[in-house]
Amino acid sequence: MNLLKINNLKAKINDNEILHGINLEVKPGEIHAIMGPNGSGKSTLASVLAGKSNYEVTEGSVEFNGKDLLELAPDERAKEGLFLAFQYPVEIPGVSNVNFLRTALNEHKKYRGEELMEAGTFLKFVREKAKIIQFDNKYLTRPVNEGFSGGEKKKNEIFQMAVLEPKLAILDETDSGLDIDALKIVADGVNALRNENNAYIVITHYQRLLNYIVPDFVHILYNGKIIKTGGKELALELEEKGYDWIINPEN
Amino acid sequence: MSQEIIDKYTSGEYKYGFVTNIEQEFAPKGLTEETIKFISQKKNEPEFILDFRLKAFDFWKKMKQPNWQKVQFPDIDFQDIHYYAAPAVKSKPKSLDEIDPEIRDTYNKLGIPLEEQMMLAGIAVDAVLDSVSVATTYRERLAEAGIIFCSISEAIQDYPELIKKYLGSVVPYTDNYYAALNSAVFTDGSFVFIPKGVRSPMELSTYFRINAAQTGQFERTLIVADEGAYVSYLEGCTAPMRDENQLHAAIVEIFVHKDAEVKYSTVQNWYPGDKEGKGGIYNFVTKRGLCAGDNSKISWTQVETGSAITWKYPSCVLKGNNSVGEFYSVAITNNYQQADTGSKMIHIGENTRSRIVSKGISAGKSDNSYRGLVKISKKAKNARNFTQCDSLLIGDKCGAHTFPYIESENPSATVEHEATTSKISDDAIFYLNQRGISTEDAVGMIVNGYAREVIMQLPMEFAVEAQKLLSISLEGSVG
Repeated sequence: MNLLKINNLKAKINDNEILHGINLEVKPGEIHAIMGPNGSGKSTLASVLAGKSNYEVTEGSVEFNGKDLLELAPDERAKEGLFLAFQYPVEIPGVSNVNFLRTALNEHKKYRGEELMEAGTFLKFVREKAKIIQFDNKYLTRPVNEGFSGGEKKKNEIFQMAVLEPKLAILDETDSGLDIDALKIVADGVNALRNENNAYIVITHYQRLLNYIVPDFVHILYNGKIIKTGGKELALELEEKGYDWIINPEN
Repeated sequence: MSQEIIDKYTSGEYKYGFVTNIEQEFAPKGLTEETIKFISQKKNEPEFILDFRLKAFDFWKKMKQPNWQKVQFPDIDFQDIHYYAAPAVKSKPKSLDEIDPEIRDTYNKLGIPLEEQMMLAGIAVDAVLDSVSVATTYRERLAEAGIIFCSISEAIQDYPELIKKYLGSVVPYTDNYYAALNSAVFTDGSFVFIPKGVRSPMELSTYFRINAAQTGQFERTLIVADEGAYVSYLEGCTAPMRDENQLHAAIVEIFVHKDAEVKYSTVQNWYPGDKEGKGGIYNFVTKRGLCAGDNSKISWTQVETGSAITWKYPSCVLKGNNSVGEFYSVAITNNYQQADTGSKMIHIGENTRSRIVSKGISAGKSDNSYRGLVKISKKAKNARNFTQCDSLLIGDKCGAHTFPYIESENPSATVEHEATTSKISDDAIFYLNQRGISTEDAVGMIVNGYAREVIMQLPMEFAVEAQKLLSISLEGSVG
């Protein structure tokens, strides 16, 4: 059964259509990579799925976990198990990482009708999660992303993902701005967290990340449409030849 | 932020708006010498207090209402106010059991239990309903430590020498228009005296409540910390919802001797008026502390969420060498609320230090101003001030203004001023949404994070209350 089924999705921002009919199916346990040149609509797709309000869906449907995703508010989508690792994580001054995450996790639990987690239990829980992705405990008590370096912010996204245990995580250019060590840590985190019940959509410009997070499918997004789908070898081919041979096959 | 979201979240309800049905005794409306004599007589005051009142009244009559403030309101008709309203009791209750159950119920509804809960919390409370102090808990335990904590009316009866010495010593009746008015008609308030070398074993707290209609509340609080003493004091305030505006013109005076420290925290939640700006309290208050002795310290912390208009500048006069003044403030305005608040730090002694941290939050159609004065006098060698003044805007119909004044007469002084203005961004809310937090909770979280530095100055149990209050005040206002 599909975890995510996107059918002919079209979306615009300020009367400017960015997505011109996206089709994509994701099953549990799969990793999908979405690649494509700048401005092709990769981040827009991520934002639309997460429910960012300045985008308007004009056509198509998205089914997530058996529900109509587009009918849900952004926080409900999150609680249904959709996670977006942001390309530019936001700083929330004065709110500690643990406090923020405990509130978030308990909102998820409330939504699922589960018992809330007490501060003590939670602390133990997050420390274990932090260990899995080699996230320094000192970041737990610091305000969310405030004063974090680019790499620390990205790691914090993966840390939050580890705590919230989503069914589907979309990593929006999580590799951008990371040095090779940080990249490995992020990839190791994803690999440690992946299992047969969750799925990932990895949005990236570079094949490099896909050496560490090996995708089952690679999709090329160009001008608001998926124009080619292949296996992991497609990424290698792109690395070698660029996008032009796909975009302009006559040349 | 989208207009829809803003509208939805910037219209919360005030939950302390009930009225207590008790029999009350009033002074006739209007302000004359007779009114003042009536109040003084009701309270069976000694001659010197009546003199003080009448002098203040004479002075007030010659004054004009100030007009330099940013806040705007129609002229107040001072003859249309009751200057005295009290629960009708034959004699002052001797124990908590003798208090009118209706009144006790009121304080219970406000979450101010006078009895067992207080014992557990270990906080001594003086509760003032309209003009009269209703009960002071914990007196005996404090008395063992030599601490005096009672209503100012009782203090006038029982400790006239202390009153004579300190009343008006920090805020003279000539200070300003509303201080003169208060000095003429003040009805009750709290008095605290901490003797030499004593650290108060518990937080002291006063709870103010305006109940009667067409009444002004003119309370007066006087806190004296003798050499080496320490006390942490908290006041909280609420009022019923009424269509007319009610005046609250209070004075708080703090006198701190050598090596002593007073920490004064306020959680102000007077009725702010309705969503259309009708009704609400005019909160015009003079608060000032004098660091009279060397190495003394005063710290003001205020969380201002209520009142139609808040107009006050808790201040420190740093006279003693090495004395320290602090002011931490969060002021929220929503709907049609207005605030003009800040602090004055007057450096007189050498090596005096002050710190001002002000966090303004404006939502709805409200207007929020910071106004502050840092004055370094000639003798204040090596004085230091740091001021941080931040404004947070929610929506695009509100205003934030900053009026910092700096006067330095000593070249060795260091004065720093930092200011920022920011908006709650859609991106920040979306980020929290994406983690499963609703928009309303997201705004509460962002605002509490923004105010954290100030909230942390409050005693633990009040910090928790204040955090809730910040979120509640912005309900229906978000952005």
